[in-house]
Amino acid sequence: MNLQVEQVDKDLVHNFKIIGEIDIYTAPKLKEHLTNLEQAEGMEVELDLSEVNYMDSTGLGVFVGFYKEVKAHNGKMVIKGLNQRLYRLFEITGLSEIMQIKEIEGGEDHASV
Amino acid sequence: MQAFDYIEVKVPAKPQYVGVARLAISGLASRLGFTYDEIEDLKIAASEAVTNAVQHAYHDEKVGEVILGCALYEDRLEIVVTDHGKSFDFEETKKKIGPYQDWNEDSPLREGGLGLYLMETLMDEVKVDHGEGVIVFMTKYLGRERGEGHVKPTVFS
Repeated sequence: MNLQVEQVDKDLVHNFKIIGEIDIYTAPKLKEHLTNLEQAEGMEVELDLSEVNYMDSTGLGVFVGFYKEVKAHNGKMVIKGLNQRLYRLFEITGLSEIMQIKEIEGGEDHASV
Repeated sequence: MQAFDYIEVKVPAKPQYVGVARLAISGLASRLGFTYDEIEDLKIAASEAVTNAVQHAYHDEKVGEVILGCALYEDRLEIVVTDHGKSFDFEETKKKIGPYQDWNEDSPLREGGLGLYLMETLMDEVKVDHGEGVIVFMTKYLGRERGEGHVKPTVFS
């Protein structure tokens, strides 16, 4: 059970690629990576979850917390690369209505793990 | 009483073992013939229950054990999660569990409510007992769409 977070900043957008499983064990690590980011007014953050193969409410909780922080700085947070299963989690919790989620290009999901 | 196979997994109430419990559920669910999506639902629901137990144990500042009891029936998987750390009689525990309490009276997004909300959404039936420690009891039926025909009263309701 592992989690890797890679940060690649491009132009003025902070890109995070999250790889692995997000649960109660790995969520603190994810949270640390995200909160280490210095919050600037109007900042833009993209979170790429295309290589997340498991996530539960602890992961959603981290994203909710980070989203609130970004919003408090008038920033923008975009989640991308969600497979069908992950998207469903955002959907049934109502978070897809609140957060900006970028659809996978081509519309194909890759639900295989 | 319907025949069932019973499997119990006991792990320390520590975050690093939630994934182990999840893998056990995945293996059992696949043994029963659940679909890929159903197995993923079961993994999340079971993880939520074990996560709650682990968080509960952390508040107590002493690390106990979480027991994941799984009853495999022909048509369903029943899971009981307790943070007692004590072994229990599956059938007896099931009888003691009262009617479902509404966790989500405020909002599913309030702190701590998300996991419970997910369990309720992903499983066919969820019941919770707050006695000594917390017991979560949940059921998922094979080959059944969520929300379909599981409203008939059972001994627990």
